[in-house]
Amino acid sequence: MTPQRKKRLFTIALILSGMGIATALILTAFEKNLMYFYSPSEVMAGEAPQERKFRVGGLVVEGSVKRVPDTLSVQFTVTDTVHEVPIIYTGILPDLFREGQGIVAHGQRREDGVFEASEVLAKHDENYMPPEVASALAEAKGAADAATY
Amino acid sequence: MIPEIGQFALALALAVACAQASLPIIGALRGYDNWMAFAKPAARVQFLLVFGAFLILVHAFVSNDFSVAYVAHNSNTALPTAYRISAVWGAHEGSLLLWILILAGWTVAVTFFDSQLPRSFAALVLSVMGIVSVGFLSFMMFTSNPFARLLPAAANGGDLNPLLQDPGLIIHPPMLYIGYVGTSVAFGFAIAALIQGRITAQAARWIRPWAIASWIFLTIGIALGSWWAYYELGWGGWWFWDPVENASFMPWLLGTALIHSLAVTEKRGTFKNWTILLALSTFALSLLGTFLVRSGVLTSVHAFATDPGRGIFVLVLLGTMIGGSFILYAWRGPKTFAGGTFEPVSREVFLLLNSALLAVATATVLLGTLYPLILEALGLGKISVGPPYFNVVFGAVMLPLIGLLGIGQFSRWKSDSIKRLLVRLKYAFVATIAITACAAITLGGQHMMSAAIGIGFGVWVFVTTIAGIAERCRNREHPWYTLIHLPRAFIGQCTAHMGFACTVIGVVITSFYTIDEHQSLAPGDRAVIADYEFHFVGLSSFDGPNYRVTEGTFEIRRDEKLVATLKPQKRLYTVRNMPMTEAGISPGFTRDLYVALGEPLEDGAWSVRMHFKPFIRWIWLGAILMALGGFMAMFDPRLRSPAKARVNSMAAAPASD
Repeated sequence: MTPQRKKRLFTIALILSGMGIATALILTAFEKNLMYFYSPSEVMAGEAPQERKFRVGGLVVEGSVKRVPDTLSVQFTVTDTVHEVPIIYTGILPDLFREGQGIVAHGQRREDGVFEASEVLAKHDENYMPPEVASALAEAKGAADAATY
Repeated sequence: MIPEIGQFALALALAVACAQASLPIIGALRGYDNWMAFAKPAARVQFLLVFGAFLILVHAFVSNDFSVAYVAHNSNTALPTAYRISAVWGAHEGSLLLWILILAGWTVAVTFFDSQLPRSFAALVLSVMGIVSVGFLSFMMFTSNPFARLLPAAANGGDLNPLLQDPGLIIHPPMLYIGYVGTSVAFGFAIAALIQGRITAQAARWIRPWAIASWIFLTIGIALGSWWAYYELGWGGWWFWDPVENASFMPWLLGTALIHSLAVTEKRGTFKNWTILLALSTFALSLLGTFLVRSGVLTSVHAFATDPGRGIFVLVLLGTMIGGSFILYAWRGPKTFAGGTFEPVSREVFLLLNSALLAVATATVLLGTLYPLILEALGLGKISVGPPYFNVVFGAVMLPLIGLLGIGQFSRWKSDSIKRLLVRLKYAFVATIAITACAAITLGGQHMMSAAIGIGFGVWVFVTTIAGIAERCRNREHPWYTLIHLPRAFIGQCTAHMGFACTVIGVVITSFYTIDEHQSLAPGDRAVIADYEFHFVGLSSFDGPNYRVTEGTFEIRRDEKLVATLKPQKRLYTVRNMPMTEAGISPGFTRDLYVALGEPLEDGAWSVRMHFKPFIRWIWLGAILMALGGFMAMFDPRLRSPAKARVNSMAAAPASD
């Protein structure tokens, strides 16, 4: 082998091994941190995972927001107008969290069916509907319309 | 009448841009001097036209002309004048106009500083920038006209999004845009080099200050954005791996790789292919970033459905520019830029490895940002990628990068030996361990070991940078004289690397040692966070220009001594009926104290968020140092006049060979 070739081989080997390790690492971390979105209907149908964190979103049901006295815990329900999911969250809610507003919660479902949120998001615009919530509402509406016929 | 003049100016600008995009290219290919000469006046006229249109839009905002739809949607008579001006780039149409104005500005700057370049090369650069301008101007004219009328005119406007009513947000978007758009100069350079089939040392030297300049603006823009998020969003985070942030971070990462790779290309004539590829990709990501943030693709994928024209235009524009340039690269690149030799252990290789690692980091961020969008666009489910993915993967790429950075600063061009490096770095390594151990013991806590590793990498960069300066002055006849007269580019490099170390240390300590407490507090209550006593004194209410305020007063004491009085606010912006949180922050070199009001609870109590954030300022301090370092390097006289370059490199020669 000429020194020229040796160098090239060295470079290529280095790049390939680096890329291999990096890809493996990245994909593992990626898979672990994917969070799927489920609509309340899907959650109630048992499609959402029990062991893994996921996101759920919908409209906050009017009159459902209750504070647990002397703590920062809040209970409320979100709906896609067909099914409802109870959610509990401890902490400070975002500014735009309101009854009737579309929100997305990250967290995990407990044994008793209550969704324990670690984070609640309401986007920073009063007209804004999180896209997931908008499509969950549209799907639930479609399903309900089909059922009435 | 006036808005129509603005629109007419834009149409004229488009016509001029078309000429600028075509004639000089043909001239350069055929060797027609007068066709090439057309590029300069065209660029300048285009700038004047776009600038005029921009001023007209500013005028429409300042004079509350609500017959212009864009003004009516984004301004209000109660809005303070400064925010009326920043509202010009507060939404899609206006920010697109700002983008085009800045592009025209960069192009004009090129026309004034191109004396080092061969005429045909300069004409090609200007022409390519003209092509970009044609794309954007037509996008604006056909889908996003900022001067579109609203009939009948609105009585009052819809107000600027309250989140954007903040001094930080007046300068953040322009900074970021100047950075984004600045990468178009490097893009023009890369395309011109591909067309001509060569990169002269002169051209490589010419492009360096431009690439650095856009990188500086990106650095400042991103840091401002992070700082703004920290104090304005009300929950004390400084980086969220939000797609919008990632969109600005990716061009920065690749831009960093580009300025380092350019250094090698200019000094040693190698890695030409890689440099060109980086220049093309950096610009491609800037384009992608612009559209992700502003076209509505991100806030809602449905924007494509509601305005199919705009969505398709974006895709076609991105496709032609990015696709076209990469096809050109695939066709011309491999043949034209082969060559250049280097040893496996040399500064070139360290720089290559680090720019490759930066590219890998960019790819991971790109994957996490685009994958959910693509899945959703294809209707395959709605997913999101959590911040832990970015933290883990990004951290894993940064550690080897930082390790190599330390060694690389020390290595020699052309050829070096591992043995020599080990001997030279012995003391630096010991010093790093010692400093890190002291820091970790001082900080203590349950995360001591993980924090120590992170801090250690930051300290490593510090120590090797200082050792690098010492190495350069050592064994000279007059070491102190040498120290004072180090080349500006080298001082810039060291400053930027120190800044990077600052940011790393700030990120690590903030991440591991932040204390975040949410408590329910009534006036008179006290809470203790990390030796600081937060005393909630009371509440008051008053009116701002276009909002109502509830303001809390907190006195913070340590060992009975008053440290700070903070006044966090809850604002209600009346036009949009939108509540906003204004945090109360007591900044410090080694710690920030942070209070934000949550919401009223029963019995006059409020939920209150309190943070103790050690070393958070170091994150932005580091960014300032990086920008400053870039600034010094950019004005190194060696990059400007070839005659001086020779003298300087001869003076520096004994140190590096």
